[in-house]
Amino acid sequence: MSVDLATVKRVARLARIAVTEEDANRMVGELNGILGFVEQLGEVDVAGVEPMTSVTPMDMRKRTDNVTDGDKAADIVANAPSTDYNFFLVPKVVE
Amino acid sequence: MTIVDVRTPDPKRLIPGASGDWEVIIGLEVHAQVLSNSKLFSGASTEFGKPANSNVSLVDAAMPGMLPVINEECVKQAVRTGLGLKAQINKRSVFDRKNYFYPDLPQGYQISQYKDPIVGEGKIVISLGPDRQGQFEDIEIGIERLHLEQDAGKSMHDQHPTMSYVDLNRSGVALMEIVSKPDMRSSEEAKAYVTKLRSIVRYLGTCDGNMDEGSMRADVNVSVRRPGSDFGTRCEIKNVNSIRFIGQAIEYEARRQIAILEDGGSIDQETRLFDPGKGETRSMRSKEDAHDYRYFPDPDLLPLEFDDTFIAELKEHLPELPDDKKARFVRELGLSVYDASVLVSEKAIADYFEAVAEGRDGKIAANWVINDLLGALNKAGKDIEETPVSPAQLGGIIDLIKAETISGKIAKDLFEIVWNEGGDPAEIVEARGMKQVTDTGAIEKAVDEIIAANPDQVAKVQAKPTLAGWFVGQVMKATGGKANPQAVQALVKAKLGIED
Repeated sequence: MSVDLATVKRVARLARIAVTEEDANRMVGELNGILGFVEQLGEVDVAGVEPMTSVTPMDMRKRTDNVTDGDKAADIVANAPSTDYNFFLVPKVVE
Repeated sequence: MTIVDVRTPDPKRLIPGASGDWEVIIGLEVHAQVLSNSKLFSGASTEFGKPANSNVSLVDAAMPGMLPVINEECVKQAVRTGLGLKAQINKRSVFDRKNYFYPDLPQGYQISQYKDPIVGEGKIVISLGPDRQGQFEDIEIGIERLHLEQDAGKSMHDQHPTMSYVDLNRSGVALMEIVSKPDMRSSEEAKAYVTKLRSIVRYLGTCDGNMDEGSMRADVNVSVRRPGSDFGTRCEIKNVNSIRFIGQAIEYEARRQIAILEDGGSIDQETRLFDPGKGETRSMRSKEDAHDYRYFPDPDLLPLEFDDTFIAELKEHLPELPDDKKARFVRELGLSVYDASVLVSEKAIADYFEAVAEGRDGKIAANWVINDLLGALNKAGKDIEETPVSPAQLGGIIDLIKAETISGKIAKDLFEIVWNEGGDPAEIVEARGMKQVTDTGAIEKAVDEIIAANPDQVAKVQAKPTLAGWFVGQVMKATGGKANPQAVQALVKAKLGIED
C-alpha cells in the first residue's frame, strides 16, 4: 500500500489539517516510508488465525444504568474560549 | 449490499408524470433515542430540557484520557427492540468510530456500529386502509439492521449574530439507528411504517417515540423510476422530525425528481433538507463533499458479546406487541379488525380498553372506548393519559346498562356528567333520578295518556302499523327518556292492537 499526493491532500482536508504543497510532497515520502515498514507484517502467515482484539482474553466491562455523573456545567465549559450561560460559543456554523 | 426488490409495481401507488407513470422508492433510517437513565458510555443523565451542559460528564465532553464504559441497559434495549422487529440478534457486535468534524461533536468522531451491528435483518408489517370496501392491506417492510450509536450535542444558531451556541446535554445519549430496506412505494406506506415502528418501540418501552423532543427522527431516502426498471439515483432528506413532514417531504421530493427526469435531466445523489414552512426540500451538500467517515474499530472498546441466555431472558419478559394484541382482540373478543387496530394503535389505549373489557362484553367495551371515549378525547384535544373518565368509571356505566338500571340513551348523558364532573356512575344515577322506569304501571299510564291525546295519530297507525314508532318516541319524551324502550314498544303495540 502506498499513497500519492492527492491522497495525502484529501486525508489532510478530512482531518482539517492545513498542509502546504511543499509539506504535502514531503509527506508522501514519509507516509510511504511508514506504510512500507508496516507492510512487513504482510510476510506473516495468519491464515486461520482469529483477529486479536485484546492482549488478555476479557469481556467488555459494562456499567449499570445509574446517573452517577453530570451537574458540573461550569467545569465542563471552564476551558472554553467563549461561553454564555454555560453554553459553548463557537464561530457561527450553519449548514 | 445487494438490494433486492421485493415489491411488484402497483398501479394505484404510481405517480402520473407528463410522459407516463413513475414509481417512488423509499427507504428510511430512523434514529430512536434509547430509553435509559444514563448515557450510552457515561453516567450522565439523559433527562430532557435541563440547563445547558448540566447533563455532561468529562467523557461526553471528550476531555483527554476519558474512556467510554458501555451502559448494559442500552444493550438490553437494543436487543428488546430487535426481538420486537423479529430480527436476527448478533451475539457479537463491534463499535466503530465514524469520523467527522462539527462543533457539537467534541470527540471528532461518533461511536457507532458499522460492519457488525447488534441487530441484523428483521421486518415490520404495516397495515394500510381500510379502503372503501373496508379491507386492510398488510405489507411486509424489511429491516436491514439496527445499530447502537451516540447522539451528538445540539447547536443553536439564532442566539447571537456571529456565534453558535453549543449544548452537549444530548451528546453521548444512546440512539438506535433502525434502517429499513427500500421496500416502501408511497408516502402513505412510509408514514404507516414510522407510525408502526413508533408504536412497537413504545410498547417495548425502548424509546418514548416523542418526536417533538427529537426522540425519534428520520432520514428519508427517495428515488423514482419507471415501473419495473432499475432503481434510480436517490436523495437523502435528513432529520425529518414528524410523521406528517415525512409524508410531505416524500411527495415533494418525488415530484421534484420526476420533473428533472422528464426534462431530460439527471438526479444528483445528494443530501437535502426539508423545510416545513415552505413544504419543500433543498440541497444541503452534494456528493462531491459527501463525508468520507473513515470508519475504524474503536480501540477503546472491546467487541460487545453476550450469550443465548441473555437473549432468552429478555425475550421471556417482552410485552405483548401490537400485532399479537390485535390478533387476540379479534380472536378472543370478537372485535372487528378495524376496531382492534384502533385500540392497539397506542399501548395506553389498549391498556385502558383491557381494563374496561375485563369481565365485561368486549364488543360493547370497544364501542364505548372508540366512539365515546376516544371521540370525546379527540374533540377536547386530550391524550388518553389525560382522560377525565377512568376505566372503572366507564366500566361502571356499562354495568348500569347491562343491569337495565339505565337506558343506552341515558348512559350517554351519564358519560357526559362523569366526563365533566367526575364521580361514581351508580351514585350519580341514584342521586339524580336517572334510573330507567321499569314500573309497567307508570309506563302504561304514559302510553294511555298519549293515545288518548292523539286520536288522529291512532287512526293513522291503524292503517300503517310502522307509525307506532311515533308513539314510542312520545312516551320516551314524556318520561324524560327514562322508560325502558323495549317495554314501551311492547305496551304501545299491545294497546294499539298491532301484531309483531
